[in-house]
Amino acid sequence: MAIAKKAVVWGLFAAGGTLTSFVFPALIALFLLIATGNVPEGLQFDQIRTFAMSWLGKACLFIVLFLSVWHAAHRLRVVAHDFGIRKDALVANAVYTIAAIGTVLAAFYLLMIS
Amino acid sequence: MSRNPYVRPISTTTWYMRNGRYKVYVLRELTSFLVMFYSFLTIYGLAALAASAERWDTFLASQQSTAMIVFHGVALLYFLFFQTFPWFKLAPKAMPVQMGEKKLPDSYIIIGHYIAWLGVSVFILWLAGAF
Amino acid sequence: MSTQTRQMELEVMRYDPEKDDAPWFQTYSVPCMEDWVILDAINYVKDNLDTTLAYRWSCHMMVCGSCGMMVNGEPSLTCKTFIRDLPDKVRIEPLENFPIERDLVVVLDDVMQKLHQVQPYIIRKDDPPAEDKEYIQSRGALAKFKQLTMCINCMCCYAACPQYALNKDFIGPAALALAHRYNRDNRDQGKSDRLDILADHDGVWDCSFVGACSEVCPKHVDPAAAIQQMKVDGALEFWKQKMGIPGDKS
Repeated sequence: MAIAKKAVVWGLFAAGGTLTSFVFPALIALFLLIATGNVPEGLQFDQIRTFAMSWLGKACLFIVLFLSVWHAAHRLRVVAHDFGIRKDALVANAVYTIAAIGTVLAAFYLLMIS
Repeated sequence: MSRNPYVRPISTTTWYMRNGRYKVYVLRELTSFLVMFYSFLTIYGLAALAASAERWDTFLASQQSTAMIVFHGVALLYFLFFQTFPWFKLAPKAMPVQMGEKKLPDSYIIIGHYIAWLGVSVFILWLAGAF
Repeated sequence: MSTQTRQMELEVMRYDPEKDDAPWFQTYSVPCMEDWVILDAINYVKDNLDTTLAYRWSCHMMVCGSCGMMVNGEPSLTCKTFIRDLPDKVRIEPLENFPIERDLVVVLDDVMQKLHQVQPYIIRKDDPPAEDKEYIQSRGALAKFKQLTMCINCMCCYAACPQYALNKDFIGPAALALAHRYNRDNRDQGKSDRLDILADHDGVWDCSFVGACSEVCPKHVDPAAAIQQMKVDGALEFWKQKMGIPGDKS
């Protein structure tokens, strides 16, 4: 039912958009720090691994990644439409598959960290 | 008199070049590529973290280059000005707060978002040991 | 009052359905009074330079919604667009995204039909006896939707909306704002009736929050905000139904 699907993906999009707006600047800033060679204390292997081993850490990381990929996927679907790619069903399947892969990979690696 | 309505053609691929408002919208929407990129970059990092200390250090080392500094720097600014700040500006529209006959001014909600964002950012950076 | 005139050059789109294959531009030189709106300049053309120019206008005071046109590429109410805010050369075209009937007159049938589709009237599920039919509405309750009642159907929002430009099936800003006006009216109980149209994929979900509609709206209706609120409603409604929480009766 297209109606129900759109309501759900939009909900994920909105939640993901809110979360990424708040969290991603800091995330990108961390990558920037790493790139300059000043790896922060908390991102040294032992520290970050301890964080990712905790269930709270896993939950936080998973929720951020899950909502981010679904937000980006839905938005890319709209971007494709805005750029003249009108085969919506095809695009939707492609982007949501990417989001699903991201979700599975995130869960898989997080569970592996123990 | 016969009718012969004329339909003006529109380009489905370049319509946004017509005015500044549309161009800004498209730039805003293109930040979704950044979201997808950083999500998968983080997942890639998690894979390294799950593997071993060596893999993690290799991952960190792979990020260290001038090119990456420029990339992350530009991405940060682009994301802030075309995603985060516009999102905050639009948030009050989706959540009107009625107080009797008046509506809570948009600026209250926007400022609230900025304060929360600063708090969250500082917390994340502190947690990561950036200071 | 100053009697100074300002010479302006109006580049006006013309189209004769019986003679022309495509629209073309005709330029008129108009001596304008300083305090004129662009509609005054167009009226001057009609009265003094070219009686064949066809266009819609009526109240000249931003309440009838007839005189919407593209002024230098911007959807505008020509009775509200002051020449003091415009350069000497002004390009006037019929409202974007609508078929051109003749000159500056567009075919509005599509939007008229969409306004009807959202059932823009108070819908009641009960039928109280005549003595009880007075519906008390507090000022606070009115404030919830008053802004949305300001729409004068000028259709500048449709001219601005790129999603409508790309997909004529999209129900569009004015129709959606109108639906929201009734959904937020506490006298109305028809939210579920309107849900089918709105929840359809050419309803609210086609909107990508460009926000151009609200920026050009001469009456500050803010249809973009109305649509986002309906998206939130729609998303919440879905989860309410899933969890078996009774939805809005209204």
